[in-house]
Amino acid sequence: MMDFPLLSVLILLPIIGGGLLLLCKQNHVLARQLALVLSVTTMLLSVLLYIGFDVTSHQMQFVERLSWIATFNIEYYLGIDGFSMPLMILTTISTVLVVIAGWQVIQDRAAQYMAAFLIMEGLMLGVFAALDAILFYLFFEAMLIPLFLVIGIWGGPNRVYATIKFFLYTFFGSVFLLIALLYLQFQAGSFSILDFHDVSLTLTQQIWIFLAFLIAFAVKIPMWPVHTWLPDAHVEAPTGGSVILAAITLKIGGYGLLRFALPITPDASMTLDWLVIGLSLIAIVYIGFVALAQSDLKKLIAYSSIAHMGFVTLGLFIVFRIVANDAITLGVGNGEVLAIEGAMVQMISHGFIAAAMFLSVGVLYDRMHTREISAYGGVGNSMPKFTALAVFFAMANAGLPGTSGFVGEFMVILAAFQANFWYAFLAATTLILGAAYTLWMVKRVFFGEIANDEVAKLQDINSREMLLLASLAVIVLVIGIWPDPLLNVMHASVDNLLLQITQSKL
Amino acid sequence: MAFEVPNMLFALPEMLMLAMCCIVLLVVAFTGNRQINLVHALSQLSLLITFLTVFWMMGEGGLTFSETYIKDPLSDILKLAICLVNMLVLSYSYSYLQARKLLQGEFYVLALFATLGMLVMVSAHHFLTLYLGLELMSLCLYAMVAMQRDSFAATEAGMKYFILGALASGMLLYGMSIIYGVTGELGIQAIAVALDTEELNQTVLSLGIVFLVIGIGFKFGAVPFHMWLPDVYQGAPTAITLFVASAPKIAAFALLIRILTEGMGDMLSVWRDMLIMLAVLSIILGNLLAIAQSNLKRMLAYSTISHVGFLLLGVLAGTQAGYAAALFYTLVYALMTLGSFGMILLLSREGFEAEEIEDFKGLGQRHPWHALMMLLLMFSMAGIPPLAGFYAKLGVIKSVVDVNLLAVAIVAVVMSVIGAYYYLRVVKVMFFDTATDKPHIAATTSMQYLLSGNVLAVLLLGLFPGSLFALCSRIFS
Repeated sequence: MMDFPLLSVLILLPIIGGGLLLLCKQNHVLARQLALVLSVTTMLLSVLLYIGFDVTSHQMQFVERLSWIATFNIEYYLGIDGFSMPLMILTTISTVLVVIAGWQVIQDRAAQYMAAFLIMEGLMLGVFAALDAILFYLFFEAMLIPLFLVIGIWGGPNRVYATIKFFLYTFFGSVFLLIALLYLQFQAGSFSILDFHDVSLTLTQQIWIFLAFLIAFAVKIPMWPVHTWLPDAHVEAPTGGSVILAAITLKIGGYGLLRFALPITPDASMTLDWLVIGLSLIAIVYIGFVALAQSDLKKLIAYSSIAHMGFVTLGLFIVFRIVANDAITLGVGNGEVLAIEGAMVQMISHGFIAAAMFLSVGVLYDRMHTREISAYGGVGNSMPKFTALAVFFAMANAGLPGTSGFVGEFMVILAAFQANFWYAFLAATTLILGAAYTLWMVKRVFFGEIANDEVAKLQDINSREMLLLASLAVIVLVIGIWPDPLLNVMHASVDNLLLQITQSKL
Repeated sequence: MAFEVPNMLFALPEMLMLAMCCIVLLVVAFTGNRQINLVHALSQLSLLITFLTVFWMMGEGGLTFSETYIKDPLSDILKLAICLVNMLVLSYSYSYLQARKLLQGEFYVLALFATLGMLVMVSAHHFLTLYLGLELMSLCLYAMVAMQRDSFAATEAGMKYFILGALASGMLLYGMSIIYGVTGELGIQAIAVALDTEELNQTVLSLGIVFLVIGIGFKFGAVPFHMWLPDVYQGAPTAITLFVASAPKIAAFALLIRILTEGMGDMLSVWRDMLIMLAVLSIILGNLLAIAQSNLKRMLAYSTISHVGFLLLGVLAGTQAGYAAALFYTLVYALMTLGSFGMILLLSREGFEAEEIEDFKGLGQRHPWHALMMLLLMFSMAGIPPLAGFYAKLGVIKSVVDVNLLAVAIVAVVMSVIGAYYYLRVVKVMFFDTATDKPHIAATTSMQYLLSGNVLAVLLLGLFPGSLFALCSRIFS
């Protein structure tokens, strides 16, 4: 292992850099340049994680461990495995995109805007790297502050309502997490998440802890019926805020389930898997229909995000059904691995695709200042380059084979067949529903006759926007065609997780 | 019984404080308000001298004056905190009082005598000394609240404070007399020994404890004995509110610890249920009522009530870790209160009290730095990491979870979500609304630096709370 504290540097560099940006005050140009340098440096450093990562091990890597609050045995304990590493790289890439996306658009208090996103980046990296429960909670909560301000200061007309709703919803969820963590510490004698994995708990204890985890993370993901903050937050947030919300904060919910709920309370997860599977299927099918009915571009993508995140939770929890089926048929399927890896791929892929979709909406919004689908029509005539890319992302969102959107969904659906035919059947309806709401949106916005004069006057994307969208298109395509580099890093961790969740703690 | 010469050294800080009080009193008597800057400097000096004396004498300790007085690590740390907090209070108040023609000798004399009362309370180990300190402090505070004679709100607040405070003192005294009746003792240690060794009438003892808890509840402002608190906070001039809200709570913490845990530790099962009621009601009512307020001082008053509830959580856990967490909470609370009322003082100027939440409108544009400081304070009070307020809450909730009072812990955290709403509203007003007022700060630069240092301490304690936690838990081990 390296002695260089790479994880700490990754976390602290953007946070301290963001603090320095606040000093730039009125010098917007300098602030932007500095933000770009910092975010790109962080991204390059995060690539070192990938290079130095040992794919054969499920052990935590790049570990840093220092005593922090000795009285409570709380440590500054960082480390990553195959689940957190891809999410960290997703975070650093998204932040670079956000900085570039806000380059010209944000003229009001640009230094603070950039600072907020950089600080948020550091905190989100901290969430993924923390192995001490209180440290995790600290990053998990602290992240809300910059996001709250970003939506509240740079958001749309109804931003105050949206941002307070967002804050209170997620804060409400997370306080139960805090109680659960304190209770686990009481049982395990330490705040290390890895020690939590080994602590033995009765089924009743597990069920209560599991429910606390579920509330906390279901709000973040968000799962039906606690999803209502997301469309509001997305619609009001500036483009950068939407990108971070969709690409990363939602993933923290999925990651939380992987890191906490499944390994710490496996028996409760098994007992209550019907609950999560049910909610996931509702999210996939019902929210798919809801998305169909939207007239606001951002709302449509927000609902489609909820539906896509349904696949993540579905993948994580059908594992228990597959394990049970294997036990009956004595078969040794690979459905378990497919399900969890599918969920992970879906998270990463959705991170990129949703970011691309929100950036595309941002491109349109910057020119027309409206998100109503009905205000558009025939954009393809005036913005051909943009239309090509946007339609590609729409296809990826609908799960077109060859794009990353297909890989995760396909893996989860395949796994679902090994669990129960009807799960797979319902999940597969997303291929139809997703195509329906996405393509219908594409038809109404991009194709057809030019709807009005304003659309006719639209300028095609400039090189900055081109760079943003094209790089995302490349990533989506690469993961879609060749997902192995992504899958390889998580094999060992997935096997280890399966070992943990199939061993009863009772 | 041989006459024992008491160890006077243990009370040296109080003696010095008393001497300085008298000097300041004389200076004021001879110069009137002409040399007010000298009086200010002398007052600060007396607090500094006391602070340094306590600091210099830290370590060795014990009982003295026939076991009526104690010097232990707890009294040391609380005295240091009281002196430090009051030094800051005096600095923050200067411009505010000057602009309102309240910068008079009386203020300093009363403040110093109140401080003396607090110091005595902190070191008292006997019901009589406790009561002596408490009354010395309280009487000064009543007078201070009513100092702005021509203000209707201030005189009303002073009256209310006096009547309810006197009632509370009466309750406390009644409780003490009942305990004396049962145990035949007034010394804290003697009572603890009596409870431990003798067969006593539990019913009467419990009755006594009820009155003691009511008295303590009044002094803290815990629900249902909170009625005076919002009116006093709102009615008194902000500088006085700052004084009433910060250091006296530290002294009240000493009162609570000395009586309930050191004296009545054996009766934990009796007073725990009472404290649970007080704590849960305070947390619920304080947070709910704070939502409805449009006056920032009144909102902070209700938020204080909820903070008191949280503080009590640590004590009712009845463990060493719980007391340590409550101590941590008290210190952090004092720091946050100093900051938030200090911010009101900072923004108010002649003819303008920045005490409505609306007055903070657009502060993010007018004074970005001060707005950032206020933001940190609000998030700290709401208990969001990485600020000191989070660890304060974490400590007390952890101690409650550790004794398996999960329901209490859940009520506390759920209510803290509701609490977050009104703190967020202040942030919203500062950052999301556009300014209607022009940038204007009347406060001195030194006050601005002190206040920023104060808030940064909240942030720093949030990043590195380890040493203060360690200190607090060493005191109770």
